[in-house]
Amino acid sequence: MSELLALIVAKYNFWLYIILMMIGLYAMIAKNNLMKKLVGMNIFQTAIILFYVSIGYKHGATLPIIQGDPGGHGAHDAVIHAADYINPVPHVLMLTAIVVSVATFGVAMALCVRVYRRYQTLEEDELRIRLSEK
Amino acid sequence: MESIISYRPLLAVLVPLLVIPVLMSSSRRPNVREAWVFASGVIMFGLVVSMTPVILAGNHIELTLFRLMPGADIAFRVDGLGMLFALVASSLYIVTSLYSIGYMRGLKEHAQTRFVSFFALAIASTIGAAFSANLVTLYLFYEMLSLATYPLVAHHEDALSRVSARRYLTFILGTSIGLVLPAMIYCYHITGTLEFTTAGIFAGQLSKPAAVVLVLLFVFGFAKAGIMPFHSWLPAAMVAPTPVSALLHAVAVVKVGVFSIVRVMTGIFGVDLLGSYNLGTLVMVIASITILVSSCIALSQDELKRRLAFSTISQLSYIIFGVALLSPMGQLGGVIHILMHAFGKITLFFCAGAIFVATGKKYISQMKGLGRQMPVTFAAFFIGSLGVIGLPPTGGFYSKWNLILGTLEAGQTVFMAVLLISSFLNAFYFLPIVFQGFFGKPDDGPLDAPVAMQEANLCLVVPLAITALASIALFFFPQMFVDLIVLGLNL
Amino acid sequence: MNHMPAIIVLAPLLGAFFSGLAAWIQKPLSYYIALVSTAVSSVAAVGVLKQVLTAGTWQYRMAGWAPPIGIELRVDLLNAMVLVLISAIAFMNLVASVRSVDQEIPDRSPSFYVMYQLFVVGLLGVTATGDLFNLYVLIEITSLTSYTMIALGDIDRAHLAALNYIFIGVIGASFYLLGVGYLYITTGSLNMADVAVILKGIHGSTAVLTAFVLCILGVWIKMALFPLHVWLPNAYSFAPVGFARVVAPLMTKVMVYVMIRLMVTVFGLDYVFNTLHLAEIVVWMGVIAILAGAFMALFQTDLKKMLAYIIVCEIGYMVGGAWLGNTLGMTGAILHILNDALMTFALFLALGNIIYLRKQAAFPNLQGLFAAMPWTMAGLVLAGLSIIGVPPTCGFFSKWYLVLGAFEAGAYHFAAALIISSLVCAVLFFKVFEICFFEPVTDTHDHHGTVPITEAPVSMLVPLGLVSVAIVGAGVYAGTIVNTLILPFLH
Repeated sequence: MSELLALIVAKYNFWLYIILMMIGLYAMIAKNNLMKKLVGMNIFQTAIILFYVSIGYKHGATLPIIQGDPGGHGAHDAVIHAADYINPVPHVLMLTAIVVSVATFGVAMALCVRVYRRYQTLEEDELRIRLSEK
Repeated sequence: MESIISYRPLLAVLVPLLVIPVLMSSSRRPNVREAWVFASGVIMFGLVVSMTPVILAGNHIELTLFRLMPGADIAFRVDGLGMLFALVASSLYIVTSLYSIGYMRGLKEHAQTRFVSFFALAIASTIGAAFSANLVTLYLFYEMLSLATYPLVAHHEDALSRVSARRYLTFILGTSIGLVLPAMIYCYHITGTLEFTTAGIFAGQLSKPAAVVLVLLFVFGFAKAGIMPFHSWLPAAMVAPTPVSALLHAVAVVKVGVFSIVRVMTGIFGVDLLGSYNLGTLVMVIASITILVSSCIALSQDELKRRLAFSTISQLSYIIFGVALLSPMGQLGGVIHILMHAFGKITLFFCAGAIFVATGKKYISQMKGLGRQMPVTFAAFFIGSLGVIGLPPTGGFYSKWNLILGTLEAGQTVFMAVLLISSFLNAFYFLPIVFQGFFGKPDDGPLDAPVAMQEANLCLVVPLAITALASIALFFFPQMFVDLIVLGLNL
Repeated sequence: MNHMPAIIVLAPLLGAFFSGLAAWIQKPLSYYIALVSTAVSSVAAVGVLKQVLTAGTWQYRMAGWAPPIGIELRVDLLNAMVLVLISAIAFMNLVASVRSVDQEIPDRSPSFYVMYQLFVVGLLGVTATGDLFNLYVLIEITSLTSYTMIALGDIDRAHLAALNYIFIGVIGASFYLLGVGYLYITTGSLNMADVAVILKGIHGSTAVLTAFVLCILGVWIKMALFPLHVWLPNAYSFAPVGFARVVAPLMTKVMVYVMIRLMVTVFGLDYVFNTLHLAEIVVWMGVIAILAGAFMALFQTDLKKMLAYIIVCEIGYMVGGAWLGNTLGMTGAILHILNDALMTFALFLALGNIIYLRKQAAFPNLQGLFAAMPWTMAGLVLAGLSIIGVPPTCGFFSKWYLVLGAFEAGAYHFAAALIISSLVCAVLFFKVFEICFFEPVTDTHDHHGTVPITEAPVSMLVPLGLVSVAIVGAGVYAGTIVNTLILPFLH
């Protein structure tokens, strides 16, 4: 039991993102309101972004900007350890992922607006009834 | 024996195909259209005939079109067997073209251009099947033929033809995809080739259970051969105009089915393999059941074309029966029945169509006394019947004679009884029609009332006279065809 | 340095930008720019294919940065073929669909063309890229643009269909992204070739397994593998014709390509089949997808929906084939990417023509189509036969390899599923053909009233004709395609 606990604590970032993902997934599947589904979708995507950000992080490391003289000489003198700097690549990747998720969210919102204008509701069960009347 | 590379088999297939656009574009000028049909028929026949001496000299003609996979190309290979079949189909195509002019115009049928176009497609596929070098090519043309015939069966576009066309397609396409295709791919999977060779392709790689399953898949899968229980499409397909029933459902389509089975048995399995696993007997049993049952059903049919259809089903099984005897005589008798039955049965269908056009009568019970009104037609019907029953002086005698000798040669005397019984049945369901035609008392008048001769128009009568005479001629001059078969099957 | 691989992707990207601008000047300009950009892309794709055929894999470094730090486009035989396919179909569809777009979305045609080109950028990029994260971004570009274009379709249902597609699409893409994250943790690289080399040493790792499962799961959702398919039929059938025609043949096929790329290049077939023991389960999933897709298609009463379910069925072919674990199955799956794209494109072209003239494609709207739209129907028939798998159309040959692969792997259930789905497709298509041919029902068969021909405009027919030629061409040259493109890629 304590081993499991230790595992959970050691990899707490993984557990957190999985919990967040599941919350998002639950909302996307179980919620009746389209807006709530959208919020769920956003949580889902954010969970993955958090995952990426957390895997780039290292304990005791700093921003990946090489310290030294503005002239550039110092940097060559000091030995550079990768362990001193957090990995910037996942973070940069997430900039793109955030853009993607914002764009998706925007498109989805726009569609919701169109649906609402046409049917005056965003509740799925009501929409289903309306559609079956057609 | 050498192989000659030549484009002639390809040309023979292409001629009717290439003429289709011309046919479609001349739909408003029926005479021009019909002239093109004839021209293409004659050219195709000429091409086929021009290859005959080469084949008779013991050579082969080969042509590979597309390389698909090793051992399974789209390729032509003309041998004696294919030559025989191509000669039958292409010569009868010309005769049928003449006949269908008389028939279609006599009945003022609609969509004649569509009719002749798909007819040309069907005959091209038939020739292609005859010249196929391997099972893939054969399958390709087999399927092409199935699909080309569909619009012909559905020609009338009414409720009945819809049901019949559906049944036709369900049986033909269902069996070819459901049974033949997996069997074919399995053969390729085992051997890596699908070329027809007289020794077969398996070379001892096939266990007996697998062989049994494969033989059954092929025999039932080529449902165009009408082996029971996959026969009922043929009577249904009789809703098509009579030229279709005559050429396609007595000669081309059904014989492609039989031809495919013969090819698979002799070229894929090989006689030795079939003999060693005793599969010939198995096929013979299946064929015998079809022969007897369908002859009995034919007896009870009143609609002339349906009776002819059931007769065809039983006659087709003769051919398979003969090949399954695995003895030289039996194989000769079976394969030459492709030719003999073709001329006999097409005559009968021509007669049925001529009677329908001239009098509108479809049922045998209405035809009493009709022979006095249409003596030529009924005389031809008589000759055709003799051909199918297998009596001299028609070619049919030759095939039946050899079949019976074949059963003796193979020591299968039980099966000789099948042949004899079915011959009697044949006589029972054909000869009364002729007898009633000439001597029966018409329903609407006294027996001895003077009747004017009232034949159908010349376009109908001439073809049926030609095929009837040819049927007699084949009795006297079968030698060339025998040679072809002997060469083709290495007897 | 030769920049052709970049041009393939960049041409439509720039095109999208200028299309948007040009719409301010004059609306039709945006269409012509799209036409030019896709044409340029097609030419470049053909050029790259030629180059790859002679000189082997082409690694193009974006902006000159060397991988693994820089991003590369990596074009080998497989994706060169897919690139040509995508760009050519995108171009032809533009030619074919301009009238449909004008009819269906007249007020927003410039935005449609901008989105269309971005969609094509996404597909081309997904295919060309050699970088795992780029792949994700490009998949999302493809998806985002398709959401917007689907929403332009059916006024009642398209928005909801698009929303559902978004929800499921996001889950799929996110799974893939997560999988890439795990790959990055274990290998520290995102370049496919680089990752592949590093992965060779750590086959047993749980993280790699997690990465693999997540990536493949994400791709399956995106390609609509049964039971993850629920979004597809609605999304495709409520989309405007101009978009449905391009998304149906390409989107799922590109996702299958991604799956094969991940299996072959990134994780390696050795890992997929020897370390993991998933193959048997996945082949079963393919079987279920095939059967479920085919049978669900049977219950549709709208041609559009029916075709959408056929896509679901075809995905089962490719997934099952790729997971058979032998070269034949993989060959069949890759060949089917090409063939299925062609067939589906032809089907949707014909469907679009029908909708253009009849507004809807519910079965009652299809009456009398053979008489009214003979050319469109000819295309539909050919494509339908290809789906059924009738030679010499290309569908037969991919089925051939798939069944052969199934036999070799001993996966007889997969072979059976392929055959059954062929039969079901035959039923499906001939049900449609019957409606088009026999209805409206008439009682007599001598209805001479000729139906006036109301065919789609030439700009819609020419692409259909070209694709029809391609369907037969890809069939008869299947051997060449396999030998020059697919087998060298797999070895």
